[in-house]
Amino acid sequence: MTATTGPAAEAAEKGSRPSRGSKRGGSRRATRSDSRLAYYLVTPTIVLLVLVIAYPVIDAIINSMKRDTTDTGLNANGIFEKGGEFIGFKYYEQWLNCGPSNGCVNVTGTQQHDTYSALFTTVFYTVVSVALEVVLGILMALVMHRSFKGRGIVRAAILVPWAIPTAVTARMWEYMLKPEGVVNHIFGTHILWTVDTWPARFAVIIADVWKTTPFIALLLLAGLQVIPDELYESAKVDGATAWQRFLHITLPLVKPALLVAVLFRVLDVLRIFDLPYILTQGANGTASLSVLTVNQLRINVNSAQALSTLTFLFIFWSRSSW
Amino acid sequence: MQVRTKSLLAVVASAAMVATATAACSSSGGGGGSDMSTGPITFVQGKDTSGIVGPLSAAWNKDHPDEKVTVVQQTDQADQQHNDLVQHFQTKDSGYDVVLVDVIWTAEFAAKQWLQPLTGDFAINTNGMLQGPIKAATYNNTLYAAPETSDGGLLYYRKDLVSTPPTTWKQMISDCSKKPSGMDCYGGQFDQYEGLTVNAAEAINSAGGEIVGADGTTSKIDSPQAKEGLNFLVNGFKQGYIPKDALTWQEEESREAFQSGKLMFLRNWPYVYNHLVNDPDSKVKDKFGIAPLPGLNGPGKSSLGGHSAAISEFSDAKGTALNFLKFIIGDTARGIFLNVGSLAPVRASLYSDPANIKKFPYLPVLQKSINTAIPRPVSPFYPAITQGIEQNVYAALKGSMSVDQCVQNISKIITNASKGG
Repeated sequence: MTATTGPAAEAAEKGSRPSRGSKRGGSRRATRSDSRLAYYLVTPTIVLLVLVIAYPVIDAIINSMKRDTTDTGLNANGIFEKGGEFIGFKYYEQWLNCGPSNGCVNVTGTQQHDTYSALFTTVFYTVVSVALEVVLGILMALVMHRSFKGRGIVRAAILVPWAIPTAVTARMWEYMLKPEGVVNHIFGTHILWTVDTWPARFAVIIADVWKTTPFIALLLLAGLQVIPDELYESAKVDGATAWQRFLHITLPLVKPALLVAVLFRVLDVLRIFDLPYILTQGANGTASLSVLTVNQLRINVNSAQALSTLTFLFIFWSRSSW
Repeated sequence: MQVRTKSLLAVVASAAMVATATAACSSSGGGGGSDMSTGPITFVQGKDTSGIVGPLSAAWNKDHPDEKVTVVQQTDQADQQHNDLVQHFQTKDSGYDVVLVDVIWTAEFAAKQWLQPLTGDFAINTNGMLQGPIKAATYNNTLYAAPETSDGGLLYYRKDLVSTPPTTWKQMISDCSKKPSGMDCYGGQFDQYEGLTVNAAEAINSAGGEIVGADGTTSKIDSPQAKEGLNFLVNGFKQGYIPKDALTWQEEESREAFQSGKLMFLRNWPYVYNHLVNDPDSKVKDKFGIAPLPGLNGPGKSSLGGHSAAISEFSDAKGTALNFLKFIIGDTARGIFLNVGSLAPVRASLYSDPANIKKFPYLPVLQKSINTAIPRPVSPFYPAITQGIEQNVYAALKGSMSVDQCVQNISKIITNASKGG
């Protein structure tokens, strides 16, 4: 107990927010009830998170270990027997190591044949498009940061692609990349963009970079705007070149914003679905893990859940080993 | 704190995908009876692009004020319609009473016991209907759906360049020697999607081959006839009588090619007819004719398209649903399907009606096409089979896989899908 007592003193104490541990007795009780209040306050959030995240994840994991009804064979009347019994990690084995030992046939045209190709494609999309987006994004941000006549229009123009829904972007590029489309027309080429594996993959990347570079540019622009001008001025006085100023002032100071932007984009591309699905239906080596999952939903729901769990673990792992 | 926020972010991002997959699997109660209960019903179909939904529901509701029908429109993408139905069936949703099923889904839905068999009290009168649509609505000798509309492939040809349409592939290819330069010979739908299965199945069937046996589980594709059929398409790309661009073609792209005068022969559905005649940019307005598809040694065999209406096993108004099925195959509805929607009828009499032929000149040819049409593999494992066909045939068309390898792969996929775990 402290020497000061009475309502006025207590009010003063609360007002001055004493640090924890400096008082005893009554104020410890206050801290405890404070923390209880804090728990009450976050409870709705926790309940919501459990409902929308934990429940689906756990439900998917449980279902991924049950036999799908189409996997039970037909009975004499051509009807599927019930299915739904526990089969452990069989579907996981099929995805990771498709072969006769787990009742899987590993030929072109089966989903499981494409697991590693889809994994490679997903990682390839991520690395290439995020790298391109960072380089182009920095350039765009630097342009938008400068003050010149018509800057408002340039800023708006750069942000337009980000405002267009991904599905529309995909359709637009699909149209432009047709054999008779505007892209082939401009370059005087006759590339079948969506037919061969590498052009098709780059078609997805081009569309993705086109759409999301403005997002990175926008985050970087915010980062650029908090760098004080004095730093550049004093560097200039010290005789630093433009390149040196960029390398030693701009880059280090914009790095926190850049890291957030890259993190967002990496997680985004690792689960890429809409662009390849609309552009090529996932054909010709453009299927990402998510496209494979959705295609498998048509064939075998429980097995699709095994793949979505694997994808979840993969993304979670890439994030935590960041 | 910052670290925790970040990893939380990662969880949110990656969990979204899992949630998508799981939505399909949550189960709830419900489930209807097998009795003839009545009440308001819901009719589920794909996006109505032909304007039939309004007149159809108005006609029904006028006579059934206490059992009104509500039409639910899904997307215009067949795969998404399929997934939507599957999700509602899995949750035993009693809200989907009557569902429109594509001919290729009947077997799968029937084997999963999601459709009310149309036997006993539920029997409907199919007299006067074309055999193809009935076969496509039948699984294991039981009728599961009422054929609503049908569809068959047609050969569109340039009658200004060839006087009589070819009946065999050989004739067609030799006819192509008469084409002016800058024009391609033959086109269909060869992008990697369901349309490729349609075109591949037509080539295989037109050469006397089969994909899956009558039991829906035995592979028959590894045969000389099937390979000969596929070779018609594969050689087309090799020898150039099918343009390379056709590897990107779905229905619309191939229509555009023919419509702009860049193609001599086109395989497509009847809907193209109106475009060719009426579109302002059509360069072939009175220069084209229609014929049944050609084959190896005579007329070919089309794949069968179209839809049938089925009663959900989980409906709680099956009596009304049955009456709605009878309404759909009745006179009023069939008039709406043909005259408002330009959809191919399932009744033979409509094809020979002079008034109809005047309005839709392609009807007699279409009837021939549908009469000999073969349903794509009728199998409860259709989703796995069609994916196998699409990917392997596409590889063969591109020249990156031999036809032998292609049919062996598809054969393995059919066998493996059917054997069960």
